Amino acid sequence: MRLTDLTIAQARDGLKRKDFTARELTDAYISAAAAARPLNAYLLETPERARAAAKASDARLAKGAGLPLDGIPIAIKDLFCTAGVETTAGSKILKGFKPPYESTVTSQLWRDGAAMLGKLNLDEFAMGSANVTSAYGNVENPWRRRGDNRPLVPGGSSGGSAAAVAAHAALAATGTDTGGSIRQPASFCGVTGLKPTYGRCSRWGIVAFASSLDQAGPLTRDVRDAAIMLRSMAGHDPKDSTSADRIVPDFERAVGQPIKGAKIGIPKEYRIAGMPPEIEALWQRGIDWLKDAGAVPVEISLPMTKYALATYYIIAPAEASSNLARYDGVRFGLRVPGETLDEMYENTRGQGFGVEVRRRVLIGTYVLSAGYYDAYYLKAQKVRNLIARDFDAAFKRCDAILTPTAPSAAFAIGEKMDDPIAMYLNDVFTVPVNLAGLPGISVPAGLSADGLPLGLQVIGKAFDEETVLRVGSAIEAAAKFDAKPAFVAGNT
Amino acid sequence: MAALLKGRTGEWEMVVGIEAHAQAISDAKLFSGAATAFGAEPNTQVSPVDAGFPGMLPVINRHCVEQAVKTGLGLDAQINLVSVFDRKNYFYADLPAGYQISQYLQPVVGKGKIVLDMPDGATREIGITRLHLEQDAGKSLHDQHPRQTYIDLNRAGVTLMEIVSEPDIRSAEEAGAYVRKLRSILRYLGTCDGNMEEGSLRFDCNVSVRKPGAPLGTRCEIKNVNSVRFVMQAIDYEARRQVALIEEGGTVVQETRLFDSGRGETRPMRSKEQAHDYRYFPDPDLLPLVLEKAWVEMLRAGLPELPDAKKARFIRDYHLSPYDADVLVGEQSDAEYFETVARGRDPKLASNWVTVELFGALNKLGKSIAESPVKATELGTLIDLIADGTLSGRLAKDVFAAMVETGKGAQAIVDERGLRQVTDSGAIERAIDAVLAQEPGKIAEYRAGKEKLLGYFVGQVMKATQGKANPAMLNELLKKKLAP
Amino acid sequence: MALDKATVARIATLARIKVPEAELAGLAGELSKILTWIEQLNEIPTDGVAPMASVAHMTLPMRADKVTDGNCRDAILANAPEAAHGFFAVPKVIE
Ligand SMILES: [Mg+2]
Ligand SMILES: [Zn+2]
Repeated sequence: MRLTDLTIAQARDGLKRKDFTARELTDAYISAAAAARPLNAYLLETPERARAAAKASDARLAKGAGLPLDGIPIAIKDLFCTAGVETTAGSKILKGFKPPYESTVTSQLWRDGAAMLGKLNLDEFAMGSANVTSAYGNVENPWRRRGDNRPLVPGGSSGGSAAAVAAHAALAATGTDTGGSIRQPASFCGVTGLKPTYGRCSRWGIVAFASSLDQAGPLTRDVRDAAIMLRSMAGHDPKDSTSADRIVPDFERAVGQPIKGAKIGIPKEYRIAGMPPEIEALWQRGIDWLKDAGAVPVEISLPMTKYALATYYIIAPAEASSNLARYDGVRFGLRVPGETLDEMYENTRGQGFGVEVRRRVLIGTYVLSAGYYDAYYLKAQKVRNLIARDFDAAFKRCDAILTPTAPSAAFAIGEKMDDPIAMYLNDVFTVPVNLAGLPGISVPAGLSADGLPLGLQVIGKAFDEETVLRVGSAIEAAAKFDAKPAFVAGNT
Repeated sequence: MAALLKGRTGEWEMVVGIEAHAQAISDAKLFSGAATAFGAEPNTQVSPVDAGFPGMLPVINRHCVEQAVKTGLGLDAQINLVSVFDRKNYFYADLPAGYQISQYLQPVVGKGKIVLDMPDGATREIGITRLHLEQDAGKSLHDQHPRQTYIDLNRAGVTLMEIVSEPDIRSAEEAGAYVRKLRSILRYLGTCDGNMEEGSLRFDCNVSVRKPGAPLGTRCEIKNVNSVRFVMQAIDYEARRQVALIEEGGTVVQETRLFDSGRGETRPMRSKEQAHDYRYFPDPDLLPLVLEKAWVEMLRAGLPELPDAKKARFIRDYHLSPYDADVLVGEQSDAEYFETVARGRDPKLASNWVTVELFGALNKLGKSIAESPVKATELGTLIDLIADGTLSGRLAKDVFAAMVETGKGAQAIVDERGLRQVTDSGAIERAIDAVLAQEPGKIAEYRAGKEKLLGYFVGQVMKATQGKANPAMLNELLKKKLAP
Repeated sequence: MALDKATVARIATLARIKVPEAELAGLAGELSKILTWIEQLNEIPTDGVAPMASVAHMTLPMRADKVTDGNCRDAILANAPEAAHGFFAVPKVIE
């Protein structure tokens, strides 16, 4: 077994037992990241930085004073500001931007001993579900359809994160999830992706997309690793006014706990028209697995589900249109000259933003503009309230909710590109969770007919990530998902 | 009372509302930990939050909220226990995030009022529509480079209290009185230093005109006027401009204008030409600001005595005229000075000495009351020396002048210059005899009925005693001696 | 809601994004499609429903009035496309 095949938990134990050093593990991943370049998952590799961190970890480990993540080589979605290290959000408009500060989430990962391998590709400003909107090129999914070598999308917006973890080019990665951007790529790439409760992880230092929806979380090889990562990423941050002042539990302890008697909500509205039978079947299998484990499935109703996407595509662009106003060519990033200040703005933003970002900023500007605010933005905020109430009511009858993560498996680069709405539909099962601010996890549960990974999503009550992890690990145990992608770094 | 403007077609009434931007006194900014001190090197008091860097988030400064609530209480206004911060979206080089965090639909302070005392003794109540918290923008310097504007973000994010008046103002005089009264209240409360030169207090004036009783006319907003005089000039000019325009058959277009203090004119503001659409919406980085009723009541209990209450007390307890009381309460330090002087003395006399002699002297010296060479206790002593007959009013003025000049105490000056008034009748009689001995002729004229010569004799004796003779005694004794 | 080219041009100006004349028509079509799709929300009665701005069930936390940041001009200007004499520099603005 190769070092790059270990999970965080296994690597942690191996390091403690001195089976290998942090330096050895890190070097293995530095070469893996290099070997994985064809995927275009990394925007920037930082080997020196990783080695320096590994050295410090080895020193601590030698003294038996290892930190929770000592020697664990991870990669960072390029939406997290990293001090002195270029942070682009996948956009031309931030090319060359070196933040003078470190995001709270990453600084906590370094505090706990993790080593940074590099910065990961993503959809521009996290706007996308296929990682095809990055100004720095598409990311390729390491998986291939059986007997078909066409490159597939990794999902998005955390496509680089999912691809890197799936290809064993990083032991784990950070992601952000505004409408499904952790869970959907996790499902497409056959890895675990956890979106915590809104407010669980600080947003400070993360390039904002939609502030009321954005939440950071981990992408990992399994559920236990997600719990280990989350413990370091989470915690109250006085620098973020929406950060929840709650103690961070030892999430790992929830992993593998029995789910006997747990009530699992099955929302009937998620049986949407045109859902592929194999997804339907996988969902049913998931229900049976949980039943076998002693849980009790209960049918629940989330009547507003059908309206979640439309609600999301008002609120998220509205917030984004304002959050992205700061990219104006004055203080950082790209400037395209102009005769007047306004010309400079229009040139800079016209050339600095890609097509999808431009589209969403314009939609957002429109729905907030005079005469349309009430009809669009205010309406969406009211429907959002109804969507949240749906979940409140549902959670009076169950402890967690089981759904498919995405309505399809990964598709080929080029598919669904012409129709924005078809692309938006990828997030139909994940978006409601963001609108309600709830925790959700995607766990790889099986393969599609043509051999692509499919994930199941477990949704929990606010700040009940422990139940989400408990049920997620039950799915994981039953699914015994061990298929490997066509590309794994180091395989030949 | 409305002072009507005379136009060719008759009389016009001006309708004015004022938006004041008052910088709340605080060490750090509203949503960042950067300093607020005036006059620092460019961009040295800027945090990544103020510069709108990616991923930076606002966290509100409790003291600034307190300042806003105190001000609201001082304006006799409703305090909203729940208020909301919104984003006002527009692009400008000194607005780093591309939006200003402000309060739009739910401000922290609601309706209140300010009472004005007009020179003619009348009072006018001007309604306060609201007070809300918002961020200041940075500073644009247009005159440093031929083709570029320079941006200094030190001001960006500094706490402003925007105080909006109802359109209740009807003349430049009322506008001046409103601005002075607002400034006085803010300074009493310690929530804004009112320093207009440094931009701590700026005014946007909304001006329209109409025939008396007619519906409101179209208004123009004159932005960032920074002195009481300019506010009055700008409003007067703008109202007359609108009257002239309408009377020439033109129509007023709603626009933002700038006041050119050099020319004493207003002109349209180029950078505000294109119509705005601010797209206000609740800032998703912040949550509703919720205040504890008990906390607000605690602040209310801690408020200082404000100008109106002080004025009423001065009139009631010291029996001062409304005018004198008004002059004394404008600045807290003046009022305190007066009360120290008046303590245990004739308040009217104290008020006269402070408002006439002291303020007159300070004006000449260009000094504030805090820098006064004459301390309140010493002015008190001077008044005591008059009361106990040591000094005549005339001598007292000489002593006061010496006090202003030297900064010495009243008693000290009286002693070293021997300016004690002579009340010993023997001494005065001797002086009178000496004078009369020289004037047999005039004595005869007086006795023959030319009584106004008495003044001449008084003058002569006063001269002989270097003015020290007690006037009353001198008069009495002189009359006796001249009696036939 | 069908947007015409003029409306798209107006929004683009409001958002300070230069859209080449040639792209206006296509963009108008795209945006119109999305807005029409979004308008399914009109099916939902929302009278008396409070708008939800945040899912964070908390009120605004406040910080102390302490100077804890700033005094880092070099870091603030380091990424600027153009800076001079400690200022950010932009094309001249006429007020
Ligand atoms: Mg205003
Ligand atoms: Zn304002």
